[in-house]
Amino acid sequence: MMTLAELAYWQSTSLRVVGGFAAVLLMAGTLVYLHLFKLVSFMQSRLGPMETGPYGSLQLLAEVGKFLQKEDIFPRKADRFVFAAAPFVVLMSTFLLVVVVPGGPDAWFIDSDLGIYLAMAVSSVSVIGILMAGWGSANKYSLMGGLRATGQLIAYELPLILAVVGVVIQAGTMNMQGIVLAQADGEIFGWGAIGNPFILTQFVGLVVFLIAMQAELTQSPFDMPVAESELVTGYMTEYSGMRFLLFFIGEFATAGVFSAIAAVLFLGGWYVPGIDSDSNAFNVIGPLVMLGKVVFVSFLVFWARFTFPRFREDQLQRLAWKFLIPIALVNIVATGILKVAF
Amino acid sequence: MSDFLRSYLTVAIFGLMGVALVGAFLGLARLLRPDNPTTEKLESYESGVDPTGDMWSQANIRYYIFALLFVLFDVEAVFIFPWAIRLDAYGVFGLIEMGIFIFILLLGLFYAWRKGLLRWV
Repeated sequence: MMTLAELAYWQSTSLRVVGGFAAVLLMAGTLVYLHLFKLVSFMQSRLGPMETGPYGSLQLLAEVGKFLQKEDIFPRKADRFVFAAAPFVVLMSTFLLVVVVPGGPDAWFIDSDLGIYLAMAVSSVSVIGILMAGWGSANKYSLMGGLRATGQLIAYELPLILAVVGVVIQAGTMNMQGIVLAQADGEIFGWGAIGNPFILTQFVGLVVFLIAMQAELTQSPFDMPVAESELVTGYMTEYSGMRFLLFFIGEFATAGVFSAIAAVLFLGGWYVPGIDSDSNAFNVIGPLVMLGKVVFVSFLVFWARFTFPRFREDQLQRLAWKFLIPIALVNIVATGILKVAF
Repeated sequence: MSDFLRSYLTVAIFGLMGVALVGAFLGLARLLRPDNPTTEKLESYESGVDPTGDMWSQANIRYYIFALLFVLFDVEAVFIFPWAIRLDAYGVFGLIEMGIFIFILLLGLFYAWRKGLLRWV
């Protein structure tokens, strides 16, 4: 059987492009349907969409069809180029992020040794897109929302990066495949029956990572930049029709990709205990295992989103700088000491 | 082209995929949507009342000090990652070195904290 690595570059890249579109759109669709439509409905004792398709599963297509027919409005005072370019930048950052996520031993987009470091670097691109949207709209709410988002995203980028360092210390590599294999073949103090999923040995890192991720995704309780009661969805106020939907797709696709990165870093990625980690079977079941783990991690994200009320803007920076960053730094030192001692 | 550079070509292609997706959706929408702009529609939104003044109003963003701190810690992260990969090779020496580095950084953070820079306002 031919593996992906033996194909010519243009062939394997064509497959990867298809895989990339599938990964982003499927994850975004799954998250919106499962969590935003159904989970929140069940949490609020209602059924959610039921009419379009079995259990409302075609509601997504109906929504896209609706948004496609909406008029596209450019506010007269808007900075037209910046206003139009912002959705491109936001979606681009999502696709740049998904590139590091592996789906199996041979099913990867790139196998770079920079891996997670690259992901942390390109995750900042979305900040530029959001600031462009806020500025280009020429609207007071949008400007405030864009500025709030920027302040929030750079503040929580640090705990996110520092939480990853603990994983990198344990795995000894920044390569995403290497991190998966380190968890698959590792052992916890000599006990290797289930490998070493870092959720057990890096639990503090996971908690810091998930909180920072919530803020990076501007999901409630960190949704001050899009606060509908204060800023009327912030940087998205002036966007209508398809452009608004693209921001929406970008938000949920990014939530999916971040969940995937968290799944790789802390839950063992495409690996499940019981099957040999270099088995070819993982090229088939790996992507499904990843999807399962993504749904689990994003379930935590949306559970928090639908449960907690919004923070006040002044509490935001305090949580990042006074709690998460010191905890993450102490976690790095503790992980280092344990790594050297054992 | 080496595999190393090729993997970055793949990254660039993925960036273009984002642009292509947005372009495709907007192009499709262009074919389907109505286009009927009126003066009222093109007005900036301000909770339903007529917008006043310049839209790019001045706002106290209060973040510049956080931005400075962010740059400081971001540079530190650049130093921590190579250390984290090679910790096995460095052993106790590397641990003590990084312990001192992180201690100094934490000291800086606590100084900023004590000076009240991490407070809102």
